[in-house]
Amino acid sequence: MSDLLEFRNVTKTYSRGLLSRVSTTALSDISLKLETEQPTILTVAGESGSGKTTLAMLLLGFITPTSGEILYKGKDIQTLRGEERMLFRREVQAVFQDPFAVFNPFYTVDHLLSVPLDRFKLATSKSEARAIMMEALTAVGLRPGDVLGRFPHQLSGGQRQRINVARALLLRPKLLVADEPVSMVDASLRANILETLRGLQRNHGVSIIYITHDLTTAYHIAKSIIVLYRGSVMEAGEVDAVIKTPQHPYTRLLVDSIPWPDINRRWGETEIKAKEMELSDHALGCKFSSRCPFVMDKCKEIPPLFRLTQHQAASCYLFEQNPSIAPEKLSDLLPV
Amino acid sequence: MNPVLQVNNLQVSYYTDAGRARALDGVDLTLNAGEKLGLVGESGSGKSTMALAMMRMIKPPGRIEGGQVIVDGTDLITISDADMLKARLSKIAYIPQGAMNSLNPVIRIGAQMMDAIKAHQDQSTSDWISSAEMEKRCKQALEAVDLRSNVFKMYAHELSGGMKQRVCIAISILLRPKVIIADEPTSALDVVTQRQVMETIDRVQDQIGAAVILIGHDMGLMAQFVDKVAVMYAGRLMELSNVRDMFTDPKHPYAQALIRSLPNLENKGVFNGIPGMAPALLQLPGGCAFHPRCLHAMEICTIQRPQPTPLPGGRIVECYLYSEKV
Repeated sequence: MSDLLEFRNVTKTYSRGLLSRVSTTALSDISLKLETEQPTILTVAGESGSGKTTLAMLLLGFITPTSGEILYKGKDIQTLRGEERMLFRREVQAVFQDPFAVFNPFYTVDHLLSVPLDRFKLATSKSEARAIMMEALTAVGLRPGDVLGRFPHQLSGGQRQRINVARALLLRPKLLVADEPVSMVDASLRANILETLRGLQRNHGVSIIYITHDLTTAYHIAKSIIVLYRGSVMEAGEVDAVIKTPQHPYTRLLVDSIPWPDINRRWGETEIKAKEMELSDHALGCKFSSRCPFVMDKCKEIPPLFRLTQHQAASCYLFEQNPSIAPEKLSDLLPV
Repeated sequence: MNPVLQVNNLQVSYYTDAGRARALDGVDLTLNAGEKLGLVGESGSGKSTMALAMMRMIKPPGRIEGGQVIVDGTDLITISDADMLKARLSKIAYIPQGAMNSLNPVIRIGAQMMDAIKAHQDQSTSDWISSAEMEKRCKQALEAVDLRSNVFKMYAHELSGGMKQRVCIAISILLRPKVIIADEPTSALDVVTQRQVMETIDRVQDQIGAAVILIGHDMGLMAQFVDKVAVMYAGRLMELSNVRDMFTDPKHPYAQALIRSLPNLENKGVFNGIPGMAPALLQLPGGCAFHPRCLHAMEICTIQRPQPTPLPGGRIVECYLYSEKV
């Protein structure tokens, strides 16, 4: 088995100012693996400031890790050059949050879709390029006749987001990073886009890293989940287990706060009162300790991941009777 | 019970180069004190226009073309501009989308709150209050939304998103309005903060007995928060029901599709999107605007628009499936 993507103890800190020593750890010691053979959908969940977008930026090579390395097919993505780099650029694609901001308003959809084809020389003729475009658009559930030749402003948010997915798809990627792809789309269209993403994984063998703060959609689309809080993994495992029986106090709070569209499932039935997040909050040890209702003295040290079941682990001393696992072994927990 | 808010046949159009877009096409709504109404719909269905029209804040090329918005016995559409200025915040308050970005970054929170009170001071009458009294009131409002009173001296950048949103709620309740309109008040916040903000709105609403209109497209939030849900589509109210009926037994085909499209814990991995696209307001289909996407469309739906039909349980549905004339 070969690894498509590997994060090896990746840490990213942002330092502020030229002289000041203030630095913010956006992501601390994350290890992660995705396999080539079995495409999967992995959710990275967390609130704003949890480091989930930093993770996407690192993965796409937009920023470099402060320590640790990110390997694509066994090679550090920072050292990729020439053809290898082009291949990485083609095989790792992204869909971003805002479908209104990513298009150049002066170009038609045809142009938007043909640029990547030209760039990577994927089509030998105009007619072939057109055929690939049609195929990709059909795959995301759009009628090519409806969108080709149109300008972005003539399309709805849902259509634009699906064009983004189609643009990624026509490069035949191996890995798609979807950073909050549905958060700015109407609820009635979310279902369509999620269905499209899942189709990519099932029918086109694309692995997807689905980055979101919305656990409802994560539950429906993903196989496994990693819950981040201020750059550290709080809980990870199979998505069913983590969302139906969350263990870490933070995950419990998150799951408990999901407004389920279900009249019989009231909000906050299992009341966990977490403290308000303070802005100047530099907790030592467990990042969640300053808000945690179960905080102990021990929490001044960073808790390791404790394995709860075969497919679930939480980084919290409440579970210290369970065996701990090394951060590098995180991926073993995640079903594919 | 006397309704605090009554909207009758409200009509708003936007005049564009391409023609007239009817953003609100005859909407009726009644709300009692202490009630919470959710207004849902896709983008472009007219929910934000509805909020702006009730505040009389529609800007050209938009125009309120008819109807009444009666708050506490006064029709806001007919009063003078000066009276409307006074009515905002004291009778009807508005928490806009992304309200936290509406705070002035270079003025202290306290000064912004005092401005709101000062603008409504009338020196000729007896209820004129001193600055010390004003400050006390502002601090009380801040405490009511679970903020420490030292936020009064802070600037917006010193607060987190959720705290800023709560400052906006505090401003909106300063003058104890009868109606509070909250337009997607939590769309930029994460779930935990969202819950705290919604609980805050719930609590302050209880304290001052105001009616709340919550606008949004998050049906989950609606299920957790409101008493009644109004579903809008292309500028019309398609269905108005209490929240339990809406979620367990929606009547209008669009409401049914909307409820079916919701994810829940039981049907993992099942996505039921609504086929088709929201209609462009400039080229609305004839008859019922939903008929091209409707599973139950009949011939009459393409010709004539259905009228609101009352159903048992105080529900109102605008669909020929429920009108006896057909």
